[in-house]
Amino acid sequence: MATLNPAVESATASHHGRKGVWSWMTTTDHKRIGLLYGVSSLLFFLVGGVEALLIRLQLAAADGTVLSADAYNQMFTMHATTMVFLVIMPAAAAFTNYLLPILLGARDVAFPRLNALSYWIYIFGGLFLTISFFVGGAPDGGWFGYAPLSTQVTEIVRMDYWALGVQILGLASLLSAINFITTVFTMRAPGMTLMRMPVFAWMATVVAFLLLFSLPIIAVGLFEVFLDRNLGTLFFDAAAGGTPLLWQHLFWLFGHPEVYILILPAMGIVSEVLPVFSRKPLFGRSFVIFSGIAIGFMGFGVWAHHMFVAGLGPVAEATFALTTMLIAVPTGVKIFNWIGTVWGGSVRLATPMLFSLGFIAMFVIGGLSGVTHSIVPSDTQQHDTYYIVAHFHYVLFGGAVFGLFGGIYYWWPKITGKLLNEGLGKLHFWLMLIGFNLTFAPMHILGLRGMPRRTYRYPKGLGFEFWNFIATVGSLTIAVSILIFLINAWRTKARGRVAGNDPWDGRTLEWSISSPPPEHNFDVVPVVHAEDDFWHRKYREDEEGRPVPIPGGGDPLVAGPDDPPIHLPSPSFYPILAAFGMFLTVLGLVYVPLGLVLAGVGVVTVVWGLFGWSMEPLTREEH
Amino acid sequence: MAVLDHTEHAGHPDLGNVRKIAMWAFLGSECLFFGTLISTFLLYHNTTGDGPTAKEIFSIPFTSVSSFVLLMSSLTMVLAHHAAGRKDWRQMRVWLLATAGLGLVFLSGQAYEFTTFVHEGLTVTTSPFGSAFFVLTSFHGGHVAIGVLMLLATTFMSFGGKLHEGQGMNVELVGLYWHFVDIVWIVIFTVVYLLQV
Ligand SMILES: [Cu+2]
Repeated sequence: MATLNPAVESATASHHGRKGVWSWMTTTDHKRIGLLYGVSSLLFFLVGGVEALLIRLQLAAADGTVLSADAYNQMFTMHATTMVFLVIMPAAAAFTNYLLPILLGARDVAFPRLNALSYWIYIFGGLFLTISFFVGGAPDGGWFGYAPLSTQVTEIVRMDYWALGVQILGLASLLSAINFITTVFTMRAPGMTLMRMPVFAWMATVVAFLLLFSLPIIAVGLFEVFLDRNLGTLFFDAAAGGTPLLWQHLFWLFGHPEVYILILPAMGIVSEVLPVFSRKPLFGRSFVIFSGIAIGFMGFGVWAHHMFVAGLGPVAEATFALTTMLIAVPTGVKIFNWIGTVWGGSVRLATPMLFSLGFIAMFVIGGLSGVTHSIVPSDTQQHDTYYIVAHFHYVLFGGAVFGLFGGIYYWWPKITGKLLNEGLGKLHFWLMLIGFNLTFAPMHILGLRGMPRRTYRYPKGLGFEFWNFIATVGSLTIAVSILIFLINAWRTKARGRVAGNDPWDGRTLEWSISSPPPEHNFDVVPVVHAEDDFWHRKYREDEEGRPVPIPGGGDPLVAGPDDPPIHLPSPSFYPILAAFGMFLTVLGLVYVPLGLVLAGVGVVTVVWGLFGWSMEPLTREEH
Repeated sequence: MAVLDHTEHAGHPDLGNVRKIAMWAFLGSECLFFGTLISTFLLYHNTTGDGPTAKEIFSIPFTSVSSFVLLMSSLTMVLAHHAAGRKDWRQMRVWLLATAGLGLVFLSGQAYEFTTFVHEGLTVTTSPFGSAFFVLTSFHGGHVAIGVLMLLATTFMSFGGKLHEGQGMNVELVGLYWHFVDIVWIVIFTVVYLLQV
């Protein structure tokens, strides 16, 4: 064994054992930030889940009395806003933060402090939305905030919380998108060509571009809503000649790409999990990548399928019907590739694999019901019914959430060093799968029978009672499955099996380093020679193409005395300070004109944070 | 941190390049931001209600002059960048300050223009046309103001001495941003002013 590089030792020594709240508040380590994102999104997942359960309890029987109409409106608005902006997006950011640099063979993202800023803006944005519950009620105009519903009632500030909260959450995502794009283009290890990047890294890149180009559109829309409410502008005031339809266009121009922002990370995770548990490379790898890119482009051309009842006229409706049918093609390509990957593989049905297979099955159902929406007359019937609710939950829960849980089970041993219990994991999966289908499959029937969305109660005798009751039973089953996951996580902390570097016989670079990874990720920056490089380090092929282990091939690379020293980003207090300033600013803006004082304090705090930031001596970024 | 040895940079990407890519990505996003604002304006350019119309209120000669001033500031920005390339820090500071000065002249022109319009009866609450006009041009003005602050900060930091290595890069980044804001103005001047009268 070669002599250890002194730089590795001193890097490990000086960064190791940094503990305590302060170290987390000032961290610029992409892995710690990834963990913060992960834990935060899990907490918000529980909040959003409780909101969903309240909705289901209210609808369990006819004439429900659990929630008032007002409380119900807050619940469905906040359930969606929470799950989209505070759970799935940040959960994807958690995986991307933690994994992207490691998958690329890098030691951090391009801008570690900007990364911290993104996280702190996100968490303050979540806090900002949450406190609205305690100061006069949470937003209640739907997560889509349709004008003029969102602009007319200005004495109640709920929708100001919504407009400003979503605005700064968008800023957080925009900054991390810029960071990830720059990371992908500049931080890859030697030999890691773009086409050799793991598919998860590719999907994260496509998501970053989608964020980059869709967030500014909704940002303008949100500014216009806020100004209509607070400055008396007339963007959406039909009486003065404004057109509420503009809001719908701006919202869905963002909103449809957003669907792919939510689903592509899960598709990336599944594309990593399936090959490992099938012991085969991803079938048609480049097709998966290019169809992801195609989805990214086409995602901007289908938005008006959310507006088929808005009276756009036959030409627009026909166009968007066609583009909507067309975008199913690259998605279908992916599904065939995943099936082709599993086909003929030596399949291990471990928990990550179960969740990935569950993802494929549920996503196919959600995708097909989605295609039915492209048929305009049929969509006109389904519009605003539970059929739509069923559809997008199959995509976002059956799809995104199943995929994300697959990722959690898959990378948990890498991140914590311990394997989650397989028995409990499988129980979690099956209960969640059954509960999920009990909850959302009946909603197809309810919707086709005409049950409207966003209505807080329904009378007896319309044929809605039975399936609503089943759906509520299903939602409680999901809750139990989540409880089992939490118990599993807790048990694993105390007595989980030690994972080792490579518990699943993985294919990508993260499995070549210790679990959990050292702060500097790699003792030696790896040189990449192939797709699935780590696999090829471990196995060669015999004449019939069967893998033959290479002795010692999976051993970690050890730095020699000649390897260059390691640069790690310093911790910084300024990101959290600047993010806190933004929190004060938006809080002040809710209560204009008096709140302008607070907003002013907020702006000064932001400037202070950014000034300190630019004056701070740096280790990596400044040379 | 003590771990670092600043003589050895193997394996690290060129920082200037990293920042430039980030700036390009950001400006790509900004294109959509201004594109959306301009689209909103185009939707409402005739929705003037009882308020003044574009024809009645715009003074093309005045706005042409302030547009010319902003265009000239792109020239001085290029000169600052060239000076930084020659490591002629004194010249660079002069041109940076000139750019900031021209930016301030443009902003004063905008402030004057806004005041005039308000006197003539066009505010954000007069008509959707007024809302769209003021919000679009204010966001652009805000971008110019941030650019002026960046120019002044770059000038100020160049006295610190320690930044000499990265100096050229900073000027290049500010320059990218500044040219972008100028180009956006050319589009606004054409679409919002020239095409409407
Ligand atoms: Cu859509």
